[in-house]
Amino acid sequence: MEYVIEMLNIRKVFGNFVANDNITLQVKKGEIHALLGENGAGKSTLMNVLFGLYQPDGGEIRVKGKTVNISDPNVANDLGIGMVHQHFMLVDTFTVTENIILGSEPTTGGMIDIKRAEKEVRELSERYGLAVDPTAKISDISVGMQQRVEILKTLYRGADILIFDEPTAVLTPQEIQELIQIMKALVKEGKSIILITHKLKEIMEVCDRVTVIRRGKGIGTLNVADTNPSELAALMVGREVQFKTDKKPVQLGKPVLEIKDLVVKDARGITAVNHLDLTVHAGEIVGIAGVDGNGQTELIEAITGLVKAESGSITLNGQEITNLPPRKIIEAGVGHIPQDRHKHGLVLDFPIGENMVLQTYYKQPYSKKGILSFKTIYEKARQLIQEFDVRTPDEYTKARALSGGNQQKAIIGREVDRNPDLLIAAQPTRGLDVGAIEFIHKRLIEQRDQGKAVLLVSFELDEVMNVSDRIAVIYEGKIVAIVDPKETTEQELGLLMAGSKRKEAGVS
Amino acid sequence: MSSSRLTNFLVPVLAVLLGVLVGSIVMLVSGYDPIAGYSALLYGAFGDNYYIGETIRQTTPYILAGLAVAFAFRTGLFNIGVEGQLIIGWLASVWVGVAFDLPKVIHLPLAILAAAVAGALWAFIPGFLKAHFKVHEVIITIMMNYIALHVSNAIIRSVLSNQGFKSEKIHETASLQSEFLQSITDYSTLHYGIIVAVIGAIIMWFLLEKTTKGYELRAVGFNQHASHYAGMNVKRNIILAMVISGAFAGVAGAMEGLGTFGNISVKAGFTGIGFDGIAVALIGGNNAFGILLSALLFGALKVGALEMPSSADVPTELVDIVIALIIFFVASSYLIRLLLSRFKKEGK
Repeated sequence: MEYVIEMLNIRKVFGNFVANDNITLQVKKGEIHALLGENGAGKSTLMNVLFGLYQPDGGEIRVKGKTVNISDPNVANDLGIGMVHQHFMLVDTFTVTENIILGSEPTTGGMIDIKRAEKEVRELSERYGLAVDPTAKISDISVGMQQRVEILKTLYRGADILIFDEPTAVLTPQEIQELIQIMKALVKEGKSIILITHKLKEIMEVCDRVTVIRRGKGIGTLNVADTNPSELAALMVGREVQFKTDKKPVQLGKPVLEIKDLVVKDARGITAVNHLDLTVHAGEIVGIAGVDGNGQTELIEAITGLVKAESGSITLNGQEITNLPPRKIIEAGVGHIPQDRHKHGLVLDFPIGENMVLQTYYKQPYSKKGILSFKTIYEKARQLIQEFDVRTPDEYTKARALSGGNQQKAIIGREVDRNPDLLIAAQPTRGLDVGAIEFIHKRLIEQRDQGKAVLLVSFELDEVMNVSDRIAVIYEGKIVAIVDPKETTEQELGLLMAGSKRKEAGVS
Repeated sequence: MSSSRLTNFLVPVLAVLLGVLVGSIVMLVSGYDPIAGYSALLYGAFGDNYYIGETIRQTTPYILAGLAVAFAFRTGLFNIGVEGQLIIGWLASVWVGVAFDLPKVIHLPLAILAAAVAGALWAFIPGFLKAHFKVHEVIITIMMNYIALHVSNAIIRSVLSNQGFKSEKIHETASLQSEFLQSITDYSTLHYGIIVAVIGAIIMWFLLEKTTKGYELRAVGFNQHASHYAGMNVKRNIILAMVISGAFAGVAGAMEGLGTFGNISVKAGFTGIGFDGIAVALIGGNNAFGILLSALLFGALKVGALEMPSSADVPTELVDIVIALIIFFVASSYLIRLLLSRFKKEGK
C-alpha cells in the first residue's frame, strides 16, 4: 500500500514537556485520515512538525516514499502539503483572487496579471465544486465561503495533501454538510486529506481511517468502518465516555425567567432582539438554537444587564429585573457562564483563586469591614478547584496560565456555587474536548435536577439536542419555534435556524 | 514563585548597574574620570549627615509622585498628569498654610489634606472624561499639566502675592520643617515629610492588596469587561482610581510647599518631579516597597550629582545621562530577563 505521508516515531520535546512521544501517522493516497485527540494531546504539534513550523527531536518524515527534511513551511508547500487553518489568514479588504495569489502572484512584464489569476481560480473552484466568486471581497462573503478561499489557496499552490485544522468549529450545520461534500470531491480528484478534529460524528461520516493520540502518545490507527464513536471517545480520553447524558424526567416548577416583547439593539444600533418572548421554568433546561449573530449575544447581555433593553420586560421569579445594574441582577439570582471566557469570564492576570470570588468578593465572609479575607477566599478556591476538577498547579496561579477547559471549569464552578435560580450558559463547551464537555453537561443537568432554571445558548446542535428539555429556535432576534428535542431532527432544526417556517403552528 | 520574585528584584538592580557601567563609558569617552565621578556622586549623596539629610528630603516627593503613577498604573490608567496635580497640591497646601491661623494639630493635617483634595480634583477631570466619554487620559493629563502650571502662576501673582513672584511664608503651625531633624543632619533641609511619604506607601500597599475596594480597582484595571460582567461599576472605579492617584500627587506637592520651601514661587517650567515619578514607579515595579527604594535612588542621584562638578569636574548633564541610561535599561527589561534566563540555563 502506498503512503503519501509517513511520520514515523515523531518525537517533539518542549523543555521538560514531551508534546509528541514517538507518534506514527501514515496517510494513504486518496483517503481522508482523521487525527483525533483531546485539547493539548499533541495534534497541533504533530501537524506543525509536518508543516515545517517545528523541527522534530526524533523520528522520520517520508513524503511519497522519500525521506524529507521539512525545515520551513515553504519546503512543505513545495512538497505539496497545504494547511487550511482554523483561524483564517485572509486580508479582509482584498478580493478572493487577490488573497489566493498573495505571495505567488502571476505576473506579465512586472505587472500582476489579475485576469489570468481570476480565470485560474474560477477553474479550480468549478473543478472541486466550491462555487466561490473570484471577484468578491472577503469582507462581503460568509465564514463558510472564506474557508473555501483558504482551501483554494492551498490548491492554487499545487497542494495534494491538505491538512484541515478543526474546520467545522466555525460553520453552521448546513455549511458542515457542504464542506463534507467538498472534502469528498477533493479525494475523488486524488487529493489526500488529514482532518484534525475532536468531533467524533464528523469522523464517522467522512473519514476512512483515524489515528488517535492521547497525552502526546500515539494510541493507534483504526479503520473508521470497524469502529464506533464510543470506542473512539474511550481511546481518546482513556476511559468510557457517556454521550447521551442520562436525564431524569422533567419536574417542571414555576416560571423563573419570563421575557416579554423584548427589544435590544446591538452596538451598531441595529435591532438584534426583535420583540422576543421566552419563558424558562424551574427544573428545565431551555436550549436556544440558532446561527451565530441572530440576537443570542444581545439577548443574554440584556438579561444580565450588560446592555440596556430598548423595550419589553424581563422578570426573574416575578421580580422585574429589566435594565437593572448587573450587580442587582446577579444578587437577584442569575448565574452566567459567558460566551467569551477571556473577555468576560475571568480577569486573566488575577490568580485563579481571586477569580473564584469575582462577583462575591464584597460580601461576608470574603470581605469584612472593607478588608478582604484572603484566607477564606483561597479556602473557597481550593474547595471549588477540587470539586470541579480544575487542573492548576495551585490556586495562586494566574488564570491566564490555565488551559481553556480548566478556565471554563473554574467559571462553571464559580457560577454554580453561587446557587443561582437561573443559570445562563452561553457556548459553555466551545473548544473543549469530549471529557470536559461530558463534565459540563452533567453539571448543567445537575442544576436542573435541583430545581434551577437553565438557559443554554449554543451553536452546536448536538449539544442543544442532547442537553435541553425544550429547544427554542432563534432567528433574526425572534423565537421562531419551540420544539421538543425528542421529536425533532437536526435537519428540521437546521431549516428553522435558517428561517424557514414550520409546517404546523409550533410557535408557543 | 520565589525564582520569579528573585528575577523581579534582580532586573531593576541589574538595570541600575548597567546604567552605571554605560555611564562610566560615556564619562571615559568624554574625558572624565568615572571613578572620581562616582565617588563624588556617592559622597554627595551619603558622604555625611548633611548629605544624607538632603538625599532623604529629595526622596520624599519622589516617593509620593512614584506612588501616584504606580497607583494609576496598577488600576489600568496612565497618569502623566502627576506633575500638574503636584503643582496644584503644592499651591493648595501653601494657601491653607498662609490663610489660616490654627493650632498645629489641626493646621498641618488640614494643609496636607487640602493638597490631597486639590490633586484629587485635578485628576478627577481626566478620570471623568475617560469614564464617561472614553477620552484618553494621557492626552487630557498632559494638557492639565500646562493648565496647572499657568493657573498656579496666575494665582500666586494675583491672590497669594501682590503681583509678586512668590507667596508669603506659610505659618509655623502648617510647617513640616523640624529643628530636630535639621540639627541631627548638620542643618540640612530635611523635614517630617518623609514620614508622610512612608505612610503613603503603606496606605497604597494596604489599599490595593488588602481591601475590597482595591480588589475592585485592580480588577477594573486588568479587565473592564469582566468587571462589568461581575457587577462592578466600571466608570466609578476609573474615576476613583484617578482621584486616588491625584491625591498622592497632591501630597507630593505639599512636601515641597510645607516642607522644603515653605512657600510657592512662580515657575518658569515644570518641577520635573511628576515626570520623574513615572520612572520611579517603573523602576520600583509599581510596588509600594519598590518605590521607596527607587525614589531613594533618584533622590541620591539628584543630590549627589550636585557634588560631581565641584569635586570631579563632571558636568551635571552627565548625571542626567546616567539616570536616562538606567531608565533605558529598566524599560528594556526584556533584554535583561532574556540574559538572566540564558544565564540560569547555562548554570544548570
